[in-house]
Amino acid sequence: MARKIVKSRYYGDEGLIETMAEVPVDKLKAWGPDAELKVVGKPVSRLDGYEKVTGKAAFTFDVSLPRMTYAKILRSMVPHAKIRSIDTSEAEDLPGVLKILTHKNCPVIPWHWGTTVLFDTEVRYQGDEVACVVAESMQIAEDALSLIKVDYEILPFVSDPSEAMKAEAPKVHAWGNIIDGKPSLYSRGDVEKGFQDSDVIFEDTYSTQVVVHNPTEAHCSVVSWDGDKLTVWDSTQALFGVRDAIAKSLSMPASKVRVIKKFMGGGFGGKLEAGKYSVIAALISKEIGRPVRIALDRKEMNLSVGNRPDSVQKLKAGAKKDGTLLALSHYSFGNVGAYPNDADCSWPLRTLYKCPNVRTEEYSVLTNLGRARAYRAPGHVQGTFAFESMMDDLAEKLGLDPLELRRKNYTEIDPVSNRPYTSKLILDAYQKGSEAIGWKEKRKPAGSEKGRFRRGIGMASQIWWGGGGPPAYATIKLNEDASLHVMAGTQDLGTGTYTFLAQIASEVLELPIEKIQVTIGDTETCPYCSLSGGSMTAPSVSPAVRDASEQMKRKLISAAGAILETSESNVKYSAGKMSRLDDPAKIISISEVIEKLDEKMIVTTGAREANPEGYEINTFGAQFAEVEVDTDTGKVRVIKVVAAHDIGRVLNQKTLFNQLHGGIIQGIGYALMEERVVDTYTGKVLTTNIHDYKIPTIMETPQIEVIIVSSGDLLISNTGVKGVGEPAIIPTAAAIANAVYNATGVRIKSLPITADKVLMALSEKN
Amino acid sequence: MSKDSKKGGISRRKFLQGVGSGIIGSYVLTPGIAKAAEALKKNSEKLILSVPLTLKVNGKQAHLLVEPRTTLAEVLREKLGLTGTKVACNNGECGGCTVLLDKKAVYSCHILALDAEGKEVTTIEGIMKGENLHPIQQAFIDHDGLQCGFCTPGQVMAAEALLLKNPKPTRQDVLEGMSGNVCRCAAYPNIIESVLAAAEKAGSETAELK
Ligand code: FES
Ligand code: FES
Repeated sequence: MARKIVKSRYYGDEGLIETMAEVPVDKLKAWGPDAELKVVGKPVSRLDGYEKVTGKAAFTFDVSLPRMTYAKILRSMVPHAKIRSIDTSEAEDLPGVLKILTHKNCPVIPWHWGTTVLFDTEVRYQGDEVACVVAESMQIAEDALSLIKVDYEILPFVSDPSEAMKAEAPKVHAWGNIIDGKPSLYSRGDVEKGFQDSDVIFEDTYSTQVVVHNPTEAHCSVVSWDGDKLTVWDSTQALFGVRDAIAKSLSMPASKVRVIKKFMGGGFGGKLEAGKYSVIAALISKEIGRPVRIALDRKEMNLSVGNRPDSVQKLKAGAKKDGTLLALSHYSFGNVGAYPNDADCSWPLRTLYKCPNVRTEEYSVLTNLGRARAYRAPGHVQGTFAFESMMDDLAEKLGLDPLELRRKNYTEIDPVSNRPYTSKLILDAYQKGSEAIGWKEKRKPAGSEKGRFRRGIGMASQIWWGGGGPPAYATIKLNEDASLHVMAGTQDLGTGTYTFLAQIASEVLELPIEKIQVTIGDTETCPYCSLSGGSMTAPSVSPAVRDASEQMKRKLISAAGAILETSESNVKYSAGKMSRLDDPAKIISISEVIEKLDEKMIVTTGAREANPEGYEINTFGAQFAEVEVDTDTGKVRVIKVVAAHDIGRVLNQKTLFNQLHGGIIQGIGYALMEERVVDTYTGKVLTTNIHDYKIPTIMETPQIEVIIVSSGDLLISNTGVKGVGEPAIIPTAAAIANAVYNATGVRIKSLPITADKVLMALSEKN
Repeated sequence: MSKDSKKGGISRRKFLQGVGSGIIGSYVLTPGIAKAAEALKKNSEKLILSVPLTLKVNGKQAHLLVEPRTTLAEVLREKLGLTGTKVACNNGECGGCTVLLDKKAVYSCHILALDAEGKEVTTIEGIMKGENLHPIQQAFIDHDGLQCGFCTPGQVMAAEALLLKNPKPTRQDVLEGMSGNVCRCAAYPNIIESVLAAAEKAGSETAELK
């Protein structure tokens, strides 16, 4: 139970995180591969299933407070302009309008690292905030928006990142269009020499599109003041991050801001940041003295709350005849939109395989479009598509089986840090995945299929972080009726957090899962946990719950020893009962102990232990796709995906498989249909609803086989869990692209692989 | 769709003419008669009047006053507090707001409340018996046919409509019947399993009864 403060280092969505954290001095022994677990790992049904299937689940979208008012944001209709004037008088006259906020009457609150403010006088993309109306109803607020007159001085704009990089391009910000004014660089070894020594050189350019998160629940907040205290219901993946950002924006102590989020309708990375809309709502709410609800509409969702940046990636590989990689180089640029973010995507190339000589050069480019944000495995998804497509091309050029080429370049240690991995079972994933798809028996030489419908099989590897780390805490309360309450300041995105946290406590204390209640998503009542991104919720929080539960068990044993008048070592704990080893008839229940203690409840708080020193923690995997290409229409159909992953211990098979299915199908959307389309002549987005922006429907569901090759990473934590949310989507597009190549003999180097591209490529080949 | 078509068959002009000819008493103005009347004088083109509407929702009559442009989803959520119906796109593109209208699945965000008059509206709240789950809901829990749960009430209602029409669907029937309901979490494989399991269970129970 003793604790110490350590430096914690782990990778999240935004890259390396270094922070101080309180961790247990003594690490609990991890459950071993053959630990006989009764609840953990089992396909337990979601604890929150009832709320969700009945529609009773309280999403932020559903929060309704007495005297609540409705806010709606007026957004720029043009990609770049100065606001000469705004006339809100007519809108203010509309009955039911309570308040209109514009740059004229809003305090100056810096946003996006000071590159803009809450309401800027210069708008830099179609969708930038111009004004906000709060009214008695949503309808009135919407009506009022159309009465606001904005006089814009139109400025030149740029939508295409390759144009934006040119010296003469219109400037999105006065300081330039390239983040930091320079590329981000990485190198190891001597790349030129590596290429010189190579027998074979392969070079090509791959590109990916902008895709939009489009979670079903819109970004939304409901805010309510109580004097100087603010409560914010927000659809967020980062409770404490939102709390701190709002407190900072409003210059108030974080302790006066409470952020609540019980359920959320998806996030996928888009809800990791605080939104301007929450701060705007809070400002107006304070002024009018009534709660404000602000929910973005689908058009705003497609314009203004983030996307996965696109990429153009020029790759070059040098290898020996036997396939040994000698040199890799990567040059890329990507569109981050109107405000800073990064579009880097070379991590897979740097880390997937052993290669002594590597160089990368990456540009994050500003344009007059909606800003990019983290989106499920940021960088890795676009990077893996290009790199693993290229590995396939290289294998073809070398006359090697693509799987062999990958095995050949397997590495035991992380090629960037030279540290060993805590575990790496990618070879097992290759083995089991290839067997399941029928790699040997079914896969034919590329392009050898004839006839209208051609089938092919392809694969791609996956690497991601996903080890999580401290700080993360969980408090548990054991009640007199032997029911248990788990509290942790984490979030559930639909990922099963409620359920697996309960499973851990149930496992340790041998209490039925029905007796366990979980509260998460509240900064005021729950101890701190980090944001839910980077596939780190389960690996960070589950060990804290196990720690708290083991402490609880020790407390109960200690109490039972005192009550049964014996030493603790003479007490056996079993399913909520404590008995004397030497006299099993002397037995006492949790309820009796708590009654005797006169406490009504026993409370413990557990913490995530430190990550092991000197190691890298990564998830690994491989996906294999079988596709059918209709050579008459160009349409690609994914028939089957086998997903074999090393993600440490499985906490809940049901929710884990579901999450993998979801990642794979989102990956199919990325590979085949999703794309934010921009008219570069007007700078406007053409896909602002989910009719035009194509999301996979149930019709796109392939057969999916999930194989988990890991049984628990003994080095990382007491639960041995790694995350899975992001690994699920990383290799899908590359596996599909490689399968399309295998089916047709044509390589589609730009995503999405739409019918027109396939037809064009086929006709060029013939 | 444009704002105008949202107003459906009832034209705003007609209402305002009605007001002019002294029928004002039979309509209630929002948000408050005095303020509205004053605003009406000043700005009559911008005012939208509420009309009486009787809806039958989950077997019960509800008497309401709504602006003609109000959608069924808005009435269900905002006036009747039936927030089980979710709105994800508000534009007839995703199925999040699916309810039954005379036993057929419809997008309630894309239907005017006025057009639902005289029909039976069933929402997710209406398929339960008290706190007890409908078998389709139970199947969605058992087969984990959901992740975030935001699309789930719509999925359940689409499944209910499908099974009412076709109690023994094939897998292909399920794909077609559920294809109007987007799940961004893409819990589709389990949604398919859930619907098939619910159908099979209902089938075996009717067989037992026979
Ligand atoms: S919310 Fe009605 S169809 Fe999308
Ligand atoms: S469960 Fe999240 S959208 Fe369907």
